[in-house]
Amino acid sequence: MIKGMWWKMLGIVLVLYSIIAGLLIDVPVLPFIHQTIRNLFYHVSMWFAMFVMLGTSLVYSIRYLSGYRIKDDLYASGAVYTGIFFGTMGLLTGMVWAKFTWGDFWTNDPQLNGAAVSMMAYLAYAILRGSIDETAMRARISAVYNIFAFMLLVIFLGVLPRLADNSLHPGKGGNSSTMEGLDLTMRMVFYPAAIGWILIGVWLLQIHVRKRALIQGVNLKK
Amino acid sequence: MKEISELIRKDFLLELRQRYAINGILLYVFSTIFVVQLCFGRVIDDTTWVALFWIILLFAAFNAVSKSFVQESSSRRLYYFMLASPVSVVVSKIIYNSLLMLLLGVMSLGLYSVFMGFPDFNLQLFLPAFALGSVGIASALTMVSAIASRSGNNAALMAILGFPVVLPLLLILVNASQLALKGQVDGMQIVRMLASVLLIDTVIVVLAVILFPYLWRD
Repeated sequence: MIKGMWWKMLGIVLVLYSIIAGLLIDVPVLPFIHQTIRNLFYHVSMWFAMFVMLGTSLVYSIRYLSGYRIKDDLYASGAVYTGIFFGTMGLLTGMVWAKFTWGDFWTNDPQLNGAAVSMMAYLAYAILRGSIDETAMRARISAVYNIFAFMLLVIFLGVLPRLADNSLHPGKGGNSSTMEGLDLTMRMVFYPAAIGWILIGVWLLQIHVRKRALIQGVNLKK
Repeated sequence: MKEISELIRKDFLLELRQRYAINGILLYVFSTIFVVQLCFGRVIDDTTWVALFWIILLFAAFNAVSKSFVQESSSRRLYYFMLASPVSVVVSKIIYNSLLMLLLGVMSLGLYSVFMGFPDFNLQLFLPAFALGSVGIASALTMVSAIASRSGNNAALMAILGFPVVLPLLLILVNASQLALKGQVDGMQIVRMLASVLLIDTVIVVLAVILFPYLWRD
């Protein structure tokens, strides 16, 4: 039992540690952001977990198209759903923070637009899956859309922030209070937080895939 | 090559024989532009001009391209499947839709300028960005329409699937047009903008060619 459990325990410990330590440690006082910099531990780690999930989903989509094994499709779609969960959490934590720092829940900012478009793409993926009845066809079509949308979003997120060098978002171009001030104590909390949430994400994915496999009668071991 | 040109010729012939489709889109563009003119009056500032122009073109593109695979019935698809390789099918559709989109774009630009005036653009940036952007939007929507045609209710799905895919390109195009409004634009900046649009275009076409065969087989 312990053999397969250690990383789940590690995930819980790291997340608990980051939640508690994130509120207790001393943080550098930056202009405008002040104590809200603590949101970094909770907000940015959500995006890390989301990117890992969506990357996993891309890998499994490519694997599905090269072998047509239905279990790869279960992993690909499960990873997208988990990614959507983390993305929603990232948006919510970001919006609460933005309300108190920028005075508004949403601003027209390259960083925020990128996040919104990505979420739209994956919600569309979920709807596309819902609209096809036949399992093999659904797996194939949604894998194609997943790869197509992911590549475009990567290009988009890589290109657009470089074209527009004015962003309100901390850590992005033209902003005075960047994350370069991320000091050692903050790193000591932030990296464990990111790793912990990624582990929790993998756990969620595992539970989701096992549940779907039971419902659909798919053998995951094969 | 022969296959591709034959397929493009077939698409043009179809378009010419059932002229209501292209005419319908043109009338749609005209109505939209007319509505814009009625709502905004003749004088609008330049940034609004740019935004409205791209929105009109985007919706026209959705209408024009969405039928490219949807109109093919499943038995006819099987027929093409036996005749031609999937790569030539998708390349021919992309070329055909890009040409259609360019034609549509030029016509809407003309109509739009008649009704709403033409701002003082830096044409060295605006025209190439416009052409490359039309090609990119057409190719991306071709791929999305192929995906949507394989699922149930495709009219709504086309819009849902298409927006996230086209939005990156659209944002860059709007940025490029806003930049073109500034009059004197640095040569490096023009190159940078056009290069990024070209990059996205290339990625779309390459992905379409790689992924389309998976959509095409039954």
